[in-house]
Amino acid sequence: MIPVEILVIGGGPAGLCAAVQAAEMGSKVLIVDRNNTLGGQLVKQTHMFFGSEKQYASTRGFDIANILLDKIDKMKNVEIMRKATVLAIYEDGVVSLEHKDKYIKIKPKAIVVATGASEKNLAFPNNDLPGIYGAGAVQTLMNEYGVKPGNRVLMIGAGNIGLIVSYQLIQAGVRVEAIVEAAPTIGGYLVHASKVRRMGVPILTGYSIKEAYGTDSLESAAIWKLDENWRGIPGTEKKLNVDVICISVGLSPLSELLWQAGCQMKYIHELGGFVPVRDTNLHSSVKGLFVAGDVAGVEEASSAMVEGYIAGMSAAAYLGYKLYNMKLVKEDLMNQLDSLRHGPVGEKIRRGISNLTIEHEAAASVDAL
Amino acid sequence: MRIFKHPILNFERKRLVTFTFNNKTIEGYEGETIAAALHAAGIKTLSHSSEKHRPRGLFCAIGNCSSCLMEVNGEANVRICVEEVKEGLIIRTQTGKGDLV
Repeated sequence: MIPVEILVIGGGPAGLCAAVQAAEMGSKVLIVDRNNTLGGQLVKQTHMFFGSEKQYASTRGFDIANILLDKIDKMKNVEIMRKATVLAIYEDGVVSLEHKDKYIKIKPKAIVVATGASEKNLAFPNNDLPGIYGAGAVQTLMNEYGVKPGNRVLMIGAGNIGLIVSYQLIQAGVRVEAIVEAAPTIGGYLVHASKVRRMGVPILTGYSIKEAYGTDSLESAAIWKLDENWRGIPGTEKKLNVDVICISVGLSPLSELLWQAGCQMKYIHELGGFVPVRDTNLHSSVKGLFVAGDVAGVEEASSAMVEGYIAGMSAAAYLGYKLYNMKLVKEDLMNQLDSLRHGPVGEKIRRGISNLTIEHEAAASVDAL
Repeated sequence: MRIFKHPILNFERKRLVTFTFNNKTIEGYEGETIAAALHAAGIKTLSHSSEKHRPRGLFCAIGNCSSCLMEVNGEANVRICVEEVKEGLIIRTQTGKGDLV
């Protein structure tokens, strides 16, 4: 059994920021990640981020990952375990993981779960054909390994991921035939939408996929117009000659470990599914277990980073570590979250979170100091 | 299917290695996943569903979905989307759920 002060599960934007903050307050941190490289999905984000300077706005995603990793590299009290998959969190707080074909048990004093989210699929005939990917998978292939997914793409979903990945496909020299969006309006930022439109990609709102065709892999697809009840209208079909379909219809939190740990969970549609109930310090209903990033509710990398700092601070404070002017720092972080969730796009998120926040004794851990 | 010119990214590929996929020799670069190397070689069908034997390809590419399970050096159910290529690997498509022993 390995003793650990703060265990951070997942080395994406949320986990890395949690580790930085907790370590800055003096605690010893172990980050475990199932991958060989840290940074989570930041490493394949070639676009510049929005938000404010504090969340590295105007910096490309992969550069943000490097900035955070450099910071951690210089901290003596942060350890990293790569290629380590957490298998379980037990009732007595023991965490087990698989590392290099070995089964390891560790006993942390506090845990930050920052496991992220996975891509949702969509039901339509032949949706399992090779050539039909999650939009993030295509990002991984193109931007991490420099491999094209195919030649002609149909993108399903005009949220930010759908729009950004479409743009990245064009940058990689792949043709995007169309973006279809079932909702009557584009979900992502209009800056991204106009960018792909300028490059000649039609964005069809009120349209969805009807069926995919192919024998060994995808050969074509049919899209159709939806009525006000989101049902396809016969006679409006259009056939597209595509060998790739990207599905970007949202993410759902990778929350298995939270269920297992006994966290109280609540279904919040706006946040992507079942998410952990928590207080404003991101302390879950399980004492000593904190959450940050997409696993706590699907948002964006910018808010995941801010949540990471908050969860890291709360976990360290829970163990008695202090930070000069902690109250002010926390207030600033809360304000950053508020401004990221400002406006019509953030309204959904704000509504979701207001249904989720609890007050419990442990909530006092930061504020009491 | 590899990208050589990109406006933002510069792909620094490491050492070239060879491995076999169903007895066919395939090339890949150290540091990339088996799935990436197979894709670059135009191989999209990675597994088959266990009951109806429908072809399955890459879906999530980050180790979540199990759509890419293959036999690697005799070991079944390896997620080739997160397993890196190595010189001399013997990779096969597997039938059904794969033998665990």
